[in-house]
Amino acid sequence: MTSIFSEEGKNIACTVVEAGPNVVTQVKTIENEGYESIQLAFGEKKEKNTSKALKGHFQKAGTTPKAKVVEFKEFSEAKALGDTITVDLFQVGDFVDVVGTSKGKGFQGVVKRHGFGGVGMQTHGQHNRLRAPGSLGASSFPSRVFKGMRMAGRTGGERVKTQNLEVVAVFPEKNIIVLKGAIPGPKGGFVIIEK
Amino acid sequence: MSYVCTPKIRAKHILKMENLVQFVEQQFVSKNELIQFNAGDTIIVSYKIREGNKERIQNFQGVVIQRRGQGTTETFTVRKISDGVGVERIFPVKSPFISEIKVVKRGKVRRARLFYLRDAIGKNARIKEKKVAR
Repeated sequence: MTSIFSEEGKNIACTVVEAGPNVVTQVKTIENEGYESIQLAFGEKKEKNTSKALKGHFQKAGTTPKAKVVEFKEFSEAKALGDTITVDLFQVGDFVDVVGTSKGKGFQGVVKRHGFGGVGMQTHGQHNRLRAPGSLGASSFPSRVFKGMRMAGRTGGERVKTQNLEVVAVFPEKNIIVLKGAIPGPKGGFVIIEK
Repeated sequence: MSYVCTPKIRAKHILKMENLVQFVEQQFVSKNELIQFNAGDTIIVSYKIREGNKERIQNFQGVVIQRRGQGTTETFTVRKISDGVGVERIFPVKSPFISEIKVVKRGKVRRARLFYLRDAIGKNARIKEKKVAR
């Protein structure tokens, strides 16, 4: 992340994303697969780390092995095998959604994981349960804890979609788009940008 | 991110991202070249303030107590005592609203962040002037 100054002088926090060039590696059709979609690939990968099956798949599209392959349904434009898709798809002022895998945070308590308030008091007999979850339910009925009760556990590392991020700038020569605000995932992580 | 890789390759990834961030910052860098100043210096910041369509300049004089960040996110904090009350203001270095910075006094300090000034009283709160060699 970084920040840039808009024309009015406002300081905008934004994220720099390298978006493309993506290569169409497969076009799925109703006749062949039963549904319509296209498959895009992005990021360079060493040939020795690519399986023979995937090598053949990329060869068919006429490209080098790619690191990430994702399928898109209902893609707006018709594309043929081997076409490249660049950041030209995006214009300044567009609003996009970004899907990514959030940073893993390990085993966390309910305050961080579910936004519980904690006990909130340090006096009135409280001690060493400031961030405790409180009651898990009633007693003799139902005599059990309901499924889905929010408790402590592994946090982060899951699919997250951040919606309505504004495109602040596009640099086609470097395949960069700049989005207003934060996106899920670590630095260097892969994300999907939906328009 | 679902791929596994060694720390070395990972670092290369992040290095590449940082290069991209630097590239974007260079595209938006403002042209105003400011005078060099460090923590401990007493400066006057001339800050443009827009009220409706009018624009006027407000001066803020005080001691720089820290500089932090890099690139377009770099900021500095100026502290002054106004009517016996300590006032601190944080300015982004690359802000287009800063029209000018004047250095009144170069201070001689032994650390980069002078947060001790917040609690310092009397003689302790003074900063010695740096003798600049000609």
